[in-house]
Amino acid sequence: MKLDILREMNRERAARRAVILITDTTDGGQRLVREAEADHDPLAPELLARFRSGKSGIVEAEGRSLFLTVQVPPPRLVVIGAVHISQALAPMARLTDLDVTIIDPRTAFATPERFPDVNLLPLWPDDALAQLPPLDRYTALAALTHDPKIDDPALVAALKVECFYVGALGSRKTHGRRVERLTAAGLTSEQISRIAAPIGLDIGAVSPAEIAVSTLAQVIAALRQDRRRAPT
Amino acid sequence: MLSTDTDILATAEAWREAGRGVALATVIETWGSAPRPVGSHLIIDEEGNFLGSVSGGCVEGAVIAEAADVIEDGQPRVLEFGVADETAWRVGLSCGGRIRVLVEPVA
Repeated sequence: MKLDILREMNRERAARRAVILITDTTDGGQRLVREAEADHDPLAPELLARFRSGKSGIVEAEGRSLFLTVQVPPPRLVVIGAVHISQALAPMARLTDLDVTIIDPRTAFATPERFPDVNLLPLWPDDALAQLPPLDRYTALAALTHDPKIDDPALVAALKVECFYVGALGSRKTHGRRVERLTAAGLTSEQISRIAAPIGLDIGAVSPAEIAVSTLAQVIAALRQDRRRAPT
Repeated sequence: MLSTDTDILATAEAWREAGRGVALATVIETWGSAPRPVGSHLIIDEEGNFLGSVSGGCVEGAVIAEAADVIEDGQPRVLEFGVADETAWRVGLSCGGRIRVLVEPVA
């Protein structure tokens, strides 16, 4: 691999843009295709399918055996709310290789002392999200503040771009009111139905750390959807 | 913590920038119960330092040895390991799977 191509792949990954590296397995020749350029590529149908599946593999084309290295952005977890659950969730999520960002405009909550070594943005969600690489299909978002002023704008943004997981803390009653607000904000019932609420797998979680475990398990279940034995 | 693809490819770039000879190994095909999925990476420098994994430990030794030649002559090659291969006895994929690994120089 040419160093230039390796640099480009690392740059694209850092910017959270998907690319496919095409390697001729016979002579080692290589080229890189960005998702935005795939439409016009001679291998377009194959490339577009690979961008969707995220799976690398061999294809036979033009009498050659080509290996496609599919590099999609690494999975990321954006947490709205620098709350007690988030303090447990952030280190657990990092152990499972999720990039974690925590957003909370309440500066009493969003302190480095409470969140050492975490990317922490003490801003309103709209301002914070504008500073980050855009939300995308490779991002999970968990809204944990209980405060509609903070949670709702982030939920709307996440549902619009089809984040692979969207969860929101709160009882069924709280969620019922949330559904009404999001409907009024113009989201479809199909979009709203993607919200995991009450948040987390039903493991009877009680403590903040247990709720963090159930939430993280639900995020992983969404990430690994295609590997699960039985849908729930 | 386990190294992710992000760490592995970023490290390959850093090693090369530091002037070290580097080879990149990638799992390009698997059959049966192969231990690491297609697309998994292992990087090796000229002194045999490595990061990542192509088989969870079974054939890394053989790949690292081959990588030294790749760094030396600059030619990519495809290696195959598995039960159908005599090398399986020596380097052993005990799971009974088969894998093909592309080893290429980072130049």
